[in-house]
Amino acid sequence: MNAFIRSAIYAAAALAFTSAAMAADLKVGLSVSLSGPNSSLGVPYAKGMQAALAYKPEIAGHKVQLIVLDDGSDPTTAGRNARKLIEEDKVDVIMGTSGVPAAIAMAQVGRETKTPMIGLTPILLQPSEAEWTVTVAQPTQLMVSAVVGQMKRNGVKTVAYIGFSDAWGDLVYDALTKAAEPAGIKIVANERYARSDASVTGQVLKIVAARPDAVMTGGAGTPGALPYLALKERGFKGGIYGNHGLINADFVRVGGAAAQDGFMPTGPVIVAEQLPNDHPTKKVALDFRNTFQTVNNAPTNDAYSAYSFDGYLVFADAAARALATKAQPGTPQFRAALRDAIFSTKEVVGTHGVYNFKPGNLYGVDERSRVIVKLDSGQWKLVP
Amino acid sequence: MTWDVALILGIDGLANGAVYLLAGLGLVLIFSVTRVVFVPFGDVAAFSALSLAAFEAGRMPPTVGLVLTLALLAVAVEVWSLVRRGETARIPRAVLGWGVLPAVPCALAWALAGREVPHAVLIAVAILLVVPITPLVARLALQPIADASVLVLLIVALALHFLLSGLGLLFFGPEGFRTAPLAGGSLTLPGGFPLSGQVMLMLASAIVLSGLFFLAFERTVAGKALRATAVNRVGARLVGIRPARTALLAYGFASLLAGLIGVVVAPTTTMYYDSGFLIGLKAFVAAIIGGLVSYPLTGIGALAVGVVESFASFFSGALKDVIVFSLLIPVLMMRSALVKHAEEDQEEIDA
Repeated sequence: MNAFIRSAIYAAAALAFTSAAMAADLKVGLSVSLSGPNSSLGVPYAKGMQAALAYKPEIAGHKVQLIVLDDGSDPTTAGRNARKLIEEDKVDVIMGTSGVPAAIAMAQVGRETKTPMIGLTPILLQPSEAEWTVTVAQPTQLMVSAVVGQMKRNGVKTVAYIGFSDAWGDLVYDALTKAAEPAGIKIVANERYARSDASVTGQVLKIVAARPDAVMTGGAGTPGALPYLALKERGFKGGIYGNHGLINADFVRVGGAAAQDGFMPTGPVIVAEQLPNDHPTKKVALDFRNTFQTVNNAPTNDAYSAYSFDGYLVFADAAARALATKAQPGTPQFRAALRDAIFSTKEVVGTHGVYNFKPGNLYGVDERSRVIVKLDSGQWKLVP
Repeated sequence: MTWDVALILGIDGLANGAVYLLAGLGLVLIFSVTRVVFVPFGDVAAFSALSLAAFEAGRMPPTVGLVLTLALLAVAVEVWSLVRRGETARIPRAVLGWGVLPAVPCALAWALAGREVPHAVLIAVAILLVVPITPLVARLALQPIADASVLVLLIVALALHFLLSGLGLLFFGPEGFRTAPLAGGSLTLPGGFPLSGQVMLMLASAIVLSGLFFLAFERTVAGKALRATAVNRVGARLVGIRPARTALLAYGFASLLAGLIGVVVAPTTTMYYDSGFLIGLKAFVAAIIGGLVSYPLTGIGALAVGVVESFASFFSGALKDVIVFSLLIPVLMMRSALVKHAEEDQEEIDA
């Protein structure tokens, strides 16, 4: 044990020397859920970040070090990880993670220690609390209004809603009510179910009785497949519109044939190959696919690893401009310069969209960051 | 609400109620014989459903590892206690019963995983695979404290539930699974309402199994021994019934019921590692309606819970479970008003 401790001290000393010698290295701290219930999102996040690092290992002549920690799907651990990354590893930027509460916990530590945070999931924060935080994810409203646009094109006049009886269900419903009214679409039912429910027959019967032209679902992952199966069983003939929480291989596995022809919004990277050649994100998205394949020796088809890639691209662009101010990485001056650079990001092209960040706004994407896809025999097909 | 909606809801409720009925029978069986409210019952059902899903995906279910580990531990405990009592001659028997017997379904699972075999065989193996879980877990955690108070037993059972559902998360991951339908096709009732084969299967299995249950209790020696132990443990001992043996039998029966529930519900409900708990909880409401002793009342209670749940989900999806669980309040009030209270259950001594 003693020998172990001694060698650990030597290693730490050696590390301290090397990091002192290469003080100019940029450091990125990533905390994601590599274990626990959110690991199906967290693992791709980590892999996407590795691909990003391989894609751009150097920024303006400075090497980039990546430090990855596991938060075990626990918001408290995520907050502790953020503190550890900032105080012990002296990172210049923190990124993460796979759940909204955990991302909020990290953002609060970032704000307190004046370290920029690039979120990889939607984050719910007041702009006054988010002076150090941006996120590359698309806001729910943007995604849902794309769905409503598709409904309008398909001639839908009335829509029924069925979603989770939790914050996610509320978020999607609020976005739907905001987008539906200007589009002239009437919401005729608002039904809810719990993630753990075994059956939604009652809710679906009520929806079918209201005779809507279409149904919008506000679920996520495998529990989100339940309304699709129940509507199919009741012989519902109208269109079923989903949200971006359903773009997931497990949803397709469970939803199977019942989700056939369902419309859903997503980032364009999911259907990168099918995008028209003049789409702004197509080239980066294909580059990302190739890099991911080389680095991880496996193809990618999820949205999460692409968010990591975009987070890194936003950081790389901002870091290059922050370095131009002559501030040294690892110092508070550099972190402040990096924050200013992130909040003046202009037209950075990522895989999910084109990013423009402004102070007072967490989100930096616009209409170019969303497409509507349709599920066809288990494959996502772009709806032009 | 129109008649056809009510009919669909009623049938849906009866199908759910059939599942709660089977689970309720298992809970009452275990409780009446051992005084344990066996909370992990639903987890065992989830294990059989998820094992079947693993078979269908061409993988060997990780349940095998759990059963083998439990069997090893049980053999160790059993051999140790035999050695301490100086009954070494009975060791081979103990190894056979606690070690080799549970390993048989594991060997079957190992041999069949990834092969092309008829679906019925997979279902049978998935059920057999979970049958040893309850007796083994009970041997390890509950038998040593069989004479503790009901509350202690309940808390240990609760701890076992957290252990099993945690293992379920580790084994099968957080995502849900559905298995291939057992009975395709549907029957059209007069009036044009479709009744799916799966629903009929659920109802039929509940009727057949509760019929078998009744026959086993009325006509077989083992069933009579179970009833005798349930009525009076000390009395049963005096006439030569060993409580440990009958408890084992009860756990085994209940495990089989749980296994059946798992494979019956898995085609129509997405099963998660923690789905079993809710099934168990609603079956518990049914069992309470039956006073945790009466099988027929539990059955009626289970069907009532299913139907109430189904109609509640129509009137208010978000409050469905609240409505179901608040059924307990009038039931408990009625029971305590109607049933004459004997003195609080005394701690029985049968070391």
